[in-house]
Amino acid sequence: MSQHGSGASPRTVRDVVFVDGIRTPFGRAGEKGIYAGTRADDLIVKCIRGLLRRNPSLPSERIDEVAIAATTQTGDQGLTLGRTAALLAGLPRTVPGFAIDRMCAGAMTAVTTTAGGIGFGAYDVVVAGGVEHMGHHPMGSGADPNPRFMSERLVDPAALNMGNTAENLHDRFPAITKERTDAYAVASQDKLAAAYRDGKIQPDMVPVAARKPGEGWTVHSKDEPPRPGTSMADLAGLRTPFRAHGRVTAGNAAGLNDGATAAVLASSDAAAELGLPVKMRLVSYAYAGVEPEVMGIGPVPATEKALKNAGLTIDDIGLFEINEAFAVQVLSFLDHYGIADDDPRVNRYGGAIAVGHPLASSGVRLMIQLARQFEEDPSVRYGITTMCVGLGMGGTVIWENPHHPDYSGTPSGESAATVSEGAMA
Amino acid sequence: MSAADFRKLADLFPNETVTHSYVQDIALPGTVGRPGPGTFALVTLDNDLDHTKPTTLGPNTLVELGTVLEGLRGRAARGEIVGVGVTGKPHYLVAGADLSAVKSLEQREHGLWMAQLGHDVYATLANLGVPSFAFINGAALGGGLEIALQSTYRTVSTGAGALALPEAFLGLVPGWGGVYILPRLVGPENAVKVMIENPLSNNRTLSGAEAFKLGIADALFEPADFLEQSLAWAAGVISGDVVPERANAVDPSSPEAATRWAAAVEAGRAFVEAKTSNASPAPAKVLDILEVNRTMTAAESAALECETLAELMQTDEFRSTVYAFLDLVQKRAKRPAGAPDRKLARPVTKVGVVGAGLMAGQLALLFARQLKVPVVLTDIDQARVDKGVAYVHAEVDKLLAKKRLSQDAANRTKALVTGSVSKDVFADADFVIEAVFEELHIKKQVFAELEGIVGTECILATNTSSLSVTEMAADLQHPERLVGFHFFNPVAVMPLLEIVRAPRTDDAVLATAFELAKSLKKTGVLVKDAAAFVVNRILLRLMGEVTAAFDEGTPAEVADNALRPMGLPMTPFTLLAMVGLPVAQHVQESLHAAFGDRFPVSTNLKKLIDNNVKALWETSPDGTRAIPASTLEMLSFGSSPSTGGQVLRRVQDALAEEIGHMLDEDVVAGPADIDLCMILGAGWPMFLGGIIPYLDRVGASERVNGKRFLAPGVASPAAG
Repeated sequence: MSQHGSGASPRTVRDVVFVDGIRTPFGRAGEKGIYAGTRADDLIVKCIRGLLRRNPSLPSERIDEVAIAATTQTGDQGLTLGRTAALLAGLPRTVPGFAIDRMCAGAMTAVTTTAGGIGFGAYDVVVAGGVEHMGHHPMGSGADPNPRFMSERLVDPAALNMGNTAENLHDRFPAITKERTDAYAVASQDKLAAAYRDGKIQPDMVPVAARKPGEGWTVHSKDEPPRPGTSMADLAGLRTPFRAHGRVTAGNAAGLNDGATAAVLASSDAAAELGLPVKMRLVSYAYAGVEPEVMGIGPVPATEKALKNAGLTIDDIGLFEINEAFAVQVLSFLDHYGIADDDPRVNRYGGAIAVGHPLASSGVRLMIQLARQFEEDPSVRYGITTMCVGLGMGGTVIWENPHHPDYSGTPSGESAATVSEGAMA
Repeated sequence: MSAADFRKLADLFPNETVTHSYVQDIALPGTVGRPGPGTFALVTLDNDLDHTKPTTLGPNTLVELGTVLEGLRGRAARGEIVGVGVTGKPHYLVAGADLSAVKSLEQREHGLWMAQLGHDVYATLANLGVPSFAFINGAALGGGLEIALQSTYRTVSTGAGALALPEAFLGLVPGWGGVYILPRLVGPENAVKVMIENPLSNNRTLSGAEAFKLGIADALFEPADFLEQSLAWAAGVISGDVVPERANAVDPSSPEAATRWAAAVEAGRAFVEAKTSNASPAPAKVLDILEVNRTMTAAESAALECETLAELMQTDEFRSTVYAFLDLVQKRAKRPAGAPDRKLARPVTKVGVVGAGLMAGQLALLFARQLKVPVVLTDIDQARVDKGVAYVHAEVDKLLAKKRLSQDAANRTKALVTGSVSKDVFADADFVIEAVFEELHIKKQVFAELEGIVGTECILATNTSSLSVTEMAADLQHPERLVGFHFFNPVAVMPLLEIVRAPRTDDAVLATAFELAKSLKKTGVLVKDAAAFVVNRILLRLMGEVTAAFDEGTPAEVADNALRPMGLPMTPFTLLAMVGLPVAQHVQESLHAAFGDRFPVSTNLKKLIDNNVKALWETSPDGTRAIPASTLEMLSFGSSPSTGGQVLRRVQDALAEEIGHMLDEDVVAGPADIDLCMILGAGWPMFLGGIIPYLDRVGASERVNGKRFLAPGVASPAAG
């Protein structure tokens, strides 16, 4: 087409949209959990197939990349998970894939990394997601931390245990009491139960058939971890396993879980061309490091950075999906921004304390929930998904609601192609 | 009746490996904006063992399944469930009836109970009061596939293989409703294909996709989320959103059904006659039931099916088939008697083939395809070498054209096969096999030459069919490295390999030979170095008797058809022509030299060979067979013709005598190996049990040797 016959195409930055996201029901890790006999890679395969089934206008050969995160990349989470999952899901062999790891922010990083590729023009459509089978892969299993961490006091060894870092956060912010964290946890359970009752959670789950010895096959279509009806009294008596007379309990923290998530992202042009829905537009993202000993504060600097990149302030954010690794870590974020513990903008459907946190999968769960909240609340223009990350990091992604009247991107279903054809003339 | 009424039968099998019926309640999925249709009970057939232990249907298993289904029928009546599904553990829906249990039912009445138990359980499945679904996730054979057929609806996985009703092959009938339901579901023609043609064609099975195409299943899903999709589909059926179409279904009361039914049965009977000469009763029984059940109710057919099953379970043909199939082909073939410890085997990374003729080419192709190591052919001049290599390359191209090989695999295989006029190319070979002319002195010369070239560890093998391996080894510097490696024609197809141990063959060489056989996907059977080993000795004894009867004046038609009651794959004269008259005569002469008059050398046959006649029979354009007058003129006959019955009895007795000698001479480890050889090397039918159960059954063993080879019960009903 070029008149000059040489030279690459001019570089343009493209809008990236969140087309759709889906997840497996989450399970409790361990022998009694629903996925005790189910492979991690099979969980991610269910998600990829669920996405394709829900988006029949997406030809599978148009997927340019499959990025799948897992924290522990061995066994059934090993072998270049994105590629193996693509093959196992029946995607064409022409579709490449890779594995990715940023501990709890694995799926989030899969999304932002491939989104960067879309913006740059390397991809049109990608699948990004994560999986963690913590029953098969307890946190840190098989890792061999460098002894220099200890000998050079680079990181307090206690910081390798996430529960300890949560206790540390209580030390740093004495205003966050155990009563506040327990109350927050009770609210998380209540909000999730309400969301289930209202049918907000179920539509974005793909059923998973699982077989257990002596029980045969069943199909799981709801989360195993939630404990609806949990009261303050229930939580008051729980053990504080990380510190004697401490504050962090199994009740005000996310559990150990199995589950997988995946999303389809696309350039807004490709979404228009293929008739794919646009559930969110990516505005900006950022990751930031903090002291590993208080990794839970990570979302604060990450959000600062993401807001700065986007030219927005915290007041522009109408919805918050923050991963609840620990209640104390959520409250430290809310306190920083002067947001009330029970602010209705925060985790409307409840969070990881109730639903579970299969490490590398959680980032996309936050996005799935934000996308559904955008759809039901067009008055909100911007929302964030944010999470703390082990070894002292935070990650934040800012999204724009396409249902908002002032939406800046191409509205869903309208082709951008006419514009570019005009430009070529 | 209820399943519990059959407890008395189940109690006869305290050691059954029970396949349990686990039930899980599942809330069926809804569609957008609409709740699911209700609770679905999913039954998993699971023995909690790994995939090497297939799930089977024994009496205890069936009683448990029936009891579970009766419970679900109650729940359905109370409105607690809207549907029932049956699926299996990974790789199996359920492999079929527990044959080891069925073959041990000694009394006809117990067999009848077993048949009735299956019908009782399956009738519950078919009449639950709510729709039933079979989710065919894997192998479903016989009674396993009948569970699916008895369900209201079926889904099947594209990953499922081994779907079949093999009863006619086994000596039974698909008598748990298969023979009634299948023709209605897929049409009588397809039913005959599945119940008759496939079982009698090397027990062929269907893939999931083929079963779907025939109409056996209503929906086809991929394995990655087969169960989830099957349940979503079931939800759609129950809620009325999905109505399966059954394009091949036939209403048996429709006017055209009677014609189609009769034609299909007739075609089936012709097929059975051509394949088995009706030597086994089961295939005809399948067609008998099919023929009459068009106008029957399911219950009327069930009664007939049960009676037929009870009768067939006590037949010699069924017992012999179970012996041949389970005890020999599935078990003994995998653990060859007398094979040394496999740990002694040496790696084979390059193979040499001496000779570049047709047999050498077949060997080279097999070695290259299966071992994927370099194979080098040699011959006395470049033209022969080139022709040999070209043959292999052309065969590879044929496989490529048939899509049996990919382009890359074809390239690889061709590149592996090279040729040379110098035997120096064998210097780094681990295994060199000769396929030169069947003359002892030539073979000895080849091996002597090879010993000067190959390494000390290199194994030397001969593909001789009739010469003495011991004599071939006699003058070798290392006689311990020579082994007989006798293939059957066509090499790519016939699964048997007679591995001949000469007196000095050492264990490492023998172990390597057995491992090599396994890598070549052949069944190795250890045989002693005795003239013509096993298969050819028995075949030639048989052909020698029939030829002798012919020479004595028995009409060719009578002599050649005398063995039809045995149901052998071909008549003796057809086999003779296929082997080639000169080759057969050559082997016969070796046998005559070794064993004398038991293997007479026919002067008539010699005349045919001398006059270059390839076959006794000639088929004229109208399909009739006759011996040309020009051929008859060459021959001379005696004046003592036999009847067909006399020829049959003469052959039976001769075989009993010969096998008696072979066992006395320790040619093989036991009678089972003779049967295994005849099944795998000559394609003799399993309903004969190979051959020995047949000889016991017809009394030849007792007539000739004064006793049976196998005790009653081994390959026959214990009472028989």
